[in-house]
Amino acid sequence: MRVKLCALLAIATTVGLSAPPASAQQPVVLKVAIVQQIDSMNPFLAVFQSSTEIGRLMYDYLTAYAAADQSVTEGLANRWEPSADRLTWTFTIPEGKKWSDGVPITARDVAFTYNLMLTDEVARTANGSFVANFAQVSAPDDRTVVIRTKTPQVTMLALDVPIVPEHVWSKVGSIKDFANDRMPVVGSGPFVLSEHVPGQFIKLKANKTYWRGAPKYDELHFVYFQNSDAAVQALGKGEIDLVNRMAPAQFDSLAGKAGVTRNKAMGRRFTELLINPGAQTRTGEPIGDGSPVLRDVRVRRALAQAIDLDALVARVNLGYAEKGAGLVPPVFGKYHWQPSEAQARAFDPPAANAALDAAGYPRKADGTRFPLRLIGRAGRAYDEQASEYLKRSMSDIGVPLDVRLVSDNQLNESTTAATYDLAFSGWSTNIDPDFVLGLHTCAQRPGADGKGGTTDTYFCDETYDRLYAQQLSEFDEDRRVEIVKQMQARFYDQVPAVVLAYENALEGYRSDHFARFTTQPAQGGVIMAQNGMWGYYGAEPAQRTARAGGTGWAGFALGGAAVAVLVAAFVVLARRRAATAGERE
Amino acid sequence: MRLAGRFGGAALSLLMVAVLGFFLFRVVPGDPVVSMTRGRPTTAAMQAELRAQFGLDRPLHEQFWSYFTSLLHGDLGTSFTFRRPVSEVIGERLGPTLLLVGTATLIAVLLGLWLGVRAAWRRDSVFDRVTTGVSLTLWAVPTFWLGMLLMMVTGDLFPSRGMRDTDTAPDFVSQALDVGHHLVLPSVTLVAVVCAEYALVMRSSLLEEMHAPYLTTARAKGLRDDLVRRRHAVPNAVLPAITLVFLRFGLVVAGAITTETVFSWPGLGLLFYDALTGPDYFLLQGLLVVTAGAVVVMNLLADLLHGVLDPRVKVV
Repeated sequence: MRVKLCALLAIATTVGLSAPPASAQQPVVLKVAIVQQIDSMNPFLAVFQSSTEIGRLMYDYLTAYAAADQSVTEGLANRWEPSADRLTWTFTIPEGKKWSDGVPITARDVAFTYNLMLTDEVARTANGSFVANFAQVSAPDDRTVVIRTKTPQVTMLALDVPIVPEHVWSKVGSIKDFANDRMPVVGSGPFVLSEHVPGQFIKLKANKTYWRGAPKYDELHFVYFQNSDAAVQALGKGEIDLVNRMAPAQFDSLAGKAGVTRNKAMGRRFTELLINPGAQTRTGEPIGDGSPVLRDVRVRRALAQAIDLDALVARVNLGYAEKGAGLVPPVFGKYHWQPSEAQARAFDPPAANAALDAAGYPRKADGTRFPLRLIGRAGRAYDEQASEYLKRSMSDIGVPLDVRLVSDNQLNESTTAATYDLAFSGWSTNIDPDFVLGLHTCAQRPGADGKGGTTDTYFCDETYDRLYAQQLSEFDEDRRVEIVKQMQARFYDQVPAVVLAYENALEGYRSDHFARFTTQPAQGGVIMAQNGMWGYYGAEPAQRTARAGGTGWAGFALGGAAVAVLVAAFVVLARRRAATAGERE
Repeated sequence: MRLAGRFGGAALSLLMVAVLGFFLFRVVPGDPVVSMTRGRPTTAAMQAELRAQFGLDRPLHEQFWSYFTSLLHGDLGTSFTFRRPVSEVIGERLGPTLLLVGTATLIAVLLGLWLGVRAAWRRDSVFDRVTTGVSLTLWAVPTFWLGMLLMMVTGDLFPSRGMRDTDTAPDFVSQALDVGHHLVLPSVTLVAVVCAEYALVMRSSLLEEMHAPYLTTARAKGLRDDLVRRRHAVPNAVLPAITLVFLRFGLVVAGAITTETVFSWPGLGLLFYDALTGPDYFLLQGLLVVTAGAVVVMNLLADLLHGVLDPRVKVV
């Protein structure tokens, strides 16, 4: 009896486990790996890069950046006009654009969004800096938005603020407690959020009524990977279609893989080596414990001259980067600055040695001049390798380095408190250079209590600050570009940090599933992490055979077989035991 | 009376964990507001507003008092990272962790104890040597490495992440099968590591009983070997292993961190990992209370169960 039951169970389990997941008519889906958590789907609260990237797919901004050359182009507004005194901007919202629930998009939605941020502190959490200079926002009619600013603001066409529908959000009681998860979430972008399972995945459906035209496929799924190695493997297996932020070794591992195309793009990020220039608070009090020798600009220049940036790019970035210079990476070509022949500091250890001698820091009996500390992040391959490299370079000019690799939080804490001599850092930049330039002004330093600072380098330079103020109110683009370049030249000359490299963004996609993606910019641009949604929006499905569905079958068949074998073994054992018991008792 | 003492002790332990959790994570370096806003255009005023929102601008004793009184009301606070109540965030991750840890523990206990008993009973046999060797090796292997290796060698057979595919049909059977399919690799990884420990403990504890006089008596009665083992030796030897199982189950809830990280399994371990990068104080405190609570409760259960399994240990 028992044996029969076991046999029945075995058959039932085998059949059950071997049944593949049922499948209906398959929609065309783009599956993307994200390696960062989603903090919130509420666009007023979401600050993580992953969340803002998904926010861009759900909500259009007032203006957008073109895919081809990143120039300002139509967003919700198609025309804009500053007043003569540059204090009043008038935006026109054309007729015909609709929210995903069919309600027309009007200027009142735009005014509602900005006014919500101006009146509700919590609504400023994510994007407050964009409205900090706003005096008043109004919508005199359905098509016109009028924004008055306190002072002329050059970044009025770079307002990265998702515009939300008034007819939905005016009913929200507390922004802080609103998760924005009433599916489908009403939006204006090319995709509509349809499901979010925290820590697992996010599903969006194509917005068929999107004003630029519907996307060319049905659904966009973001699946969460904690482990980037697993994400790269999943791309190789065809479980997902698109991965970014790959390390050079991971990128290399996909070379020649059938069905996978790699995209080595110009990145928005640069890596830098901070040199503590004698950190002070806004009130001029010294802060931190940086080595006093670094206050001497001649020393900072000599250190920079002793670093072979080409070798760092070749050996540490494995060639997937460009040599660093100014604060704006080459992907934002207009504002990118390269030193002229006369300005450039070529790699030259003997000259660096001579400069240190001349500055009054001779070598002591043991061959050293002064020791310095270098901190970086433990577990980040770049910091681990580059610190070894820098140790050798600095020892060549008589500067022994004490390298300490610490956790991300500890590194942040040290750089904020200025308790470093040299430190690795890096920034992701935007199309408008205002933010990355602003990080190095005197006003960004902490207050007298050592708190409230957002400075990157503790740089404080009169010339730089004057130029910063000038570019902020310079509405002639060519002249602004010129000032921005002068600022970068000043930064390069004063060396509060050495920009080491502009990292490439390394991406990979299943070209057997998706034939083409729109990159930004068109030449050498990225698919993911754009200043826009073009990469996902412009994806074109390949004429494909069915997605590799065999994997599921194989797994289930194997699982079923294993269970069957186990149960069979159990049955045999049980029978044998019963037999021996009978014989022996 | 002693029973009341046990419960009292457990409650006191939980209370200490709650207090310790508050101060422990405040020592973790890093400023949550700075890491939250890093890389974004943020003014100092905005940072100050965020600090005020989360109550981080208040003196530490005030923060502690508000944390403690809320805790007594069952409110674990709001997560900085997810902008939602901590209890809600933990709640939705508890299921996946219990599923993974529960499945793995069940398999590991059955398999580990069985292997341990067999190995001890036929000491120095080929089976014993292989089991002990493999157990020791697996026990020593880093979980992270084993997980990655399994993922590589199994190729396309099993999914490499998460608990569900995004395009599985919504009906219960398809969903359950999909979860089962995703569960294979993480639970195999966890079983491989945990099972080894059970096997080794069971083996050594049975070896201690092997030469006890009561086994000779049992054999002299004419019982067959199988029955001597099952009815006499194992019940006496299983106690240390049971204690271990319960202690481990408490720990494993938190200890699945590496396995969950490798396979992006959406459980508490992964949540812990994410919370530490903030550091997300309230979430960390909540996680500590929940995971430490699991250890305390499991300890208590092991204590009580001992009395049931072994009449010599009287609880009341």
